[in-house]
Amino acid sequence: MIRFLVRRIILGLVVLWVITAAVFVMFYVAPHNVARAIAGRQASPDTVAAVSRRLGLNRPILDQYGSYTWHLLHGNLGYSFYNSTAVRSLLWQRAPVSVSLALGAAVIWLVLGVVSGVVAAVRPRSLVDRGANIAALFFYSMPSFLLGAVFLYFLFFRLHLAGVGFFPGSGYVPLTQDPVEWARHLILPWFTVALVTAAAYTRLTRSSMIDVLGEDYIRTARAKGLRERRVIYRHALRSALTPVVTQFGIDLGTLLGGVIIVESIFGLPGLGQLALQSVANEDQPVIIGTVIVASACIVVANIAVDLGYALLDARVRAH
Amino acid sequence: MSGILIESEVGALPPEPSAGGPAIQGRSPWRLAWARLRSDRVAIGCATIILLISLFAIFAPLIAHIAGHGPNDQDLTNGLTPGGLPRGPSARFWFGTDDLGRDVFVRVAYGARISLIAGVVASFLACTIGVLIGMTAGYFGGAVDTFLARAMDVILSFPFLLFAIALISLVGPSLTVAIGIIVFFSWAAVGRIVRGQTLSIKEREYIEAGRSLGASDVRIMFVDIFPNLLAPVLVYLTLLIPASIAFEATLSFLGLGVVPPTASWGNMLSESLGFYQVAWWFELFPGLFLLATTLSFNLLGDSVRDALDPRGERLFRRAR
Repeated sequence: MIRFLVRRIILGLVVLWVITAAVFVMFYVAPHNVARAIAGRQASPDTVAAVSRRLGLNRPILDQYGSYTWHLLHGNLGYSFYNSTAVRSLLWQRAPVSVSLALGAAVIWLVLGVVSGVVAAVRPRSLVDRGANIAALFFYSMPSFLLGAVFLYFLFFRLHLAGVGFFPGSGYVPLTQDPVEWARHLILPWFTVALVTAAAYTRLTRSSMIDVLGEDYIRTARAKGLRERRVIYRHALRSALTPVVTQFGIDLGTLLGGVIIVESIFGLPGLGQLALQSVANEDQPVIIGTVIVASACIVVANIAVDLGYALLDARVRAH
Repeated sequence: MSGILIESEVGALPPEPSAGGPAIQGRSPWRLAWARLRSDRVAIGCATIILLISLFAIFAPLIAHIAGHGPNDQDLTNGLTPGGLPRGPSARFWFGTDDLGRDVFVRVAYGARISLIAGVVASFLACTIGVLIGMTAGYFGGAVDTFLARAMDVILSFPFLLFAIALISLVGPSLTVAIGIIVFFSWAAVGRIVRGQTLSIKEREYIEAGRSLGASDVRIMFVDIFPNLLAPVLVYLTLLIPASIAFEATLSFLGLGVVPPTASWGNMLSESLGFYQVAWWFELFPGLFLLATTLSFNLLGDSVRDALDPRGERLFRRAR
């Protein structure tokens, strides 16, 4: 198990290195004038040269790469061009919103996907199974921004017109300030992210569960006289979950994508919104910082998922 | 040589009972799959919807001509209420107008062009690259395989949307950039499937036979292995098209894809978000077309999979 985890951690570090290197190439090496973009369209050549010098853009590439990596390793992400604050503190302010959104959505999507998959697998071809299947197909084909717009229209606007103002259409309340309001403001965003992705998990859990239920040891467990509930949840689900966990690791990038989209629809001041605003403001240090920090989070989360996988699957643990 | 061998490879499908005819006609696996697909009512329905949307896209200029409005024409006198708000569906504007007095019907038709182009072009490119790289990795093995397989792993674990945002902040948004990004993040999934298939196919005896007859690596890859990859790649292609359409719409929705005033379903939906409280039609029609397209392609892809591999697991099961 240690070897498995070490391998995964090394892969994670490689991914992180490739991402930082790609960001460096995109922003510092690719043939486009960063200094010109920062100095503004009407800047004189002198200003551009000054900006270029200040950012060290006139130094050799390898030299620049060295200081770029050095700063990154020290957690120094530079300063925003737009409002002259440290990128690190900007990200720190925005992170709780995105983390709340991502964690809540991930929990809902896993619970929805796994539960509906298990129910469908236990009674194949039943009404529940068909219903889960139709819902899965529908949400699978639905882009998340479209689902968000539909939610806004029916659950926010229509309900408000009908006098039920339960779902807010936008805004964020910190968890530390008021947990109930925090959850109320995040319900629609959570479900927007979760429903779209849960669809694939319903299908995945169902097929893996059906495979497992056909195994000999399940028959043994039943023959021992165990209750059906115990057979399904303790014996079958545990091994049926392994492919689900693997898929979850792969889908972390999708989760982040969903978070960015949903933040923009529901006006949540998170990292995704920050990144989109920075694109509009041509605020490159913030874009670079967001990409690198979010990628690092994904790499770490991926390793955590791998750890969960190792705990779940005895075959991995044994090695 | 290869033709016969390949047929016997894929031909593990159960033979259909001949309906009392005197001579048993040989039917290729492809023809069998085609027959199965044709008898699948859902597949025919979905194909019809896709065809209609394609015609809608192809004849967009004609539709604009008949409607009397171009996609970007602002009809400020008839297209907006005296208060300057969008007008609802009417005989003049079938799907109503948007916030600038433009005909939503005509714009949806032009948006269909963007979506279909993005979906089809990006999926074909991604599949081509995925097949070439996956086949190379699987066939040659060793260090080449290790490197390519790791590269695919790295790409698959990239936070793609954030990366797309970063890239677009540098090069500016356009349809070409959007397609490039979709291809870059999609080929690896195809590559992985193709690599796995190639790994198992290259161990078969007929490949060894080909090699002992002196066939070159390129010949073995393209003449002996490639035809066996067509079925899974075709299935993946049909499922990649709706994913690419949704990806393009998402990018355009976030202002990172097709640049306004050019109509795309994504940027129409983004514009409509400011008016959903007064103009439901502005949000409904682009959304409906987008959903109908992705849904049809997904269902069709599922049927294609079923037709090519009747015993395989379906993406979405249906009662027969």
